[in-house]
Amino acid sequence: MTDKEIREIFLKELNKIAPDIGPDDVSDDDHIQDDLELDSMDVLNLVTALDEALGVSIPEVDYPQIETLAKAVQYLSSKLQ
Amino acid sequence: MPSLGADMEAGTLVEWLVKPGDEVSRGDIVAVVETQKGAIEIECFEAGKVSELMAQVGQTVPVGEPLAQIGDAEEPSLTTPEPSPEPAARPEKVAAKTPPKPAVAAPAMSGLRASPAARRAAQDAGLDLSGVTGSGPDGAIVLDDVLAAAKAPASSPKPGGAMSEMRKAVAAAMSRSKREIPHFSVTHTIDTQGVSEWLATQNEGRSPADRVLLGAVFVKAAAIAARSVKALNGHYEDDAFLPSDEVNTGVAIALRGGGLVAPALLQTDQMTLAEVMQGMRDLVSRARAGRLKGSEMTRGTLTISSLGESGAEKMTGVIFPPQVALLTVGAPQIRPWVVDQKVVPREVTRFVLSADHRVCDGRQASKFLTILADKLSKPEEL
Repeated sequence: MTDKEIREIFLKELNKIAPDIGPDDVSDDDHIQDDLELDSMDVLNLVTALDEALGVSIPEVDYPQIETLAKAVQYLSSKLQ
Repeated sequence: MPSLGADMEAGTLVEWLVKPGDEVSRGDIVAVVETQKGAIEIECFEAGKVSELMAQVGQTVPVGEPLAQIGDAEEPSLTTPEPSPEPAARPEKVAAKTPPKPAVAAPAMSGLRASPAARRAAQDAGLDLSGVTGSGPDGAIVLDDVLAAAKAPASSPKPGGAMSEMRKAVAAAMSRSKREIPHFSVTHTIDTQGVSEWLATQNEGRSPADRVLLGAVFVKAAAIAARSVKALNGHYEDDAFLPSDEVNTGVAIALRGGGLVAPALLQTDQMTLAEVMQGMRDLVSRARAGRLKGSEMTRGTLTISSLGESGAEKMTGVIFPPQVALLTVGAPQIRPWVVDQKVVPREVTRFVLSADHRVCDGRQASKFLTILADKLSKPEEL
């Protein structure tokens, strides 16, 4: 899977959880909690959705690795290789 | 039209989910009503055949007015949930003698899935949602769809502009609370490192779908404490405190776009921790989709409001009438703490219980927090 495809899936799942956040609203370095205002339940739902979409179960200790779009793409890409 | 929260005066009928001739059972969702706090699903509290829909989609109906009739005209009854707080608006009389009061027309929003923010923006813009194409999950209409359709800026209040309906609702309920309830509060700082470590271990072997958040542990422990201290669990109505046999913890949920709702998780003390977590997940999901039930908005007996797992360490909350207590949970912090005669860094969390002095004193409030601390020290028993 390419980074572009991972990025699209991440943004799609993010949009399902927070419908007011469109793909064009998210910058690479936006923090999903501090900038996009996801709460802990939203983050868990995002992790759950990514697990279902990509088959990557992100452990809690790795949550900081998906705190921005750029970090998430890099992290998920490494897990999918 | 049921009262779905303190100071609610009217609701706008958004959608009928039944039609005349349909058989309904107790607990069925029969309609969706838009309130200042978003769309709420209205449950039926009687069984029978729907004989008449008395309110039209788009009508704004005062609290207590009939929405529909179940059964024959000789034995009229209503779909509105639970006894109305307005005796004059008892369904039998109103249904038999008078038509609904003239209602205020509102833009039609029938049969559509739309986020609360989208519905609010559409109403503000006078836009009919049936003409808007949804781009959200399962075709749901989201705020961006409405803004694009209206070709107008966001409906959030501008500096110096009018308050949003949500903020008006929050302001009305909280002003009433501060005006009528003699609040006092007690604070307890609890060592939560043990429960956090226990939870991390539990979650390690779980798939994301089965993980439990620390907030769910706090809710379950608080429910047990509420069961033990009955003076804090119930409603204050008509100058009297009515303790509840059920512990229905209201869970404060921040809505995207602003505002708060606090739907209740029914009989929380009877749930397993996994069930509490699943219930909270469901409430958050439905709160954001505008699909909460009327009973969830009215049956809460004690509310819990958490700042989440990062941020400020303490908040003193305002009680949701007619409840008599509200527990706030600060973000866990690492602080110097005395353990076995030594000062060590530990994760601690500050819990503040706001309580109604008309029904209890510091002794009961303190007992609640002591029980809470005890339960959190033994999370494996929750």
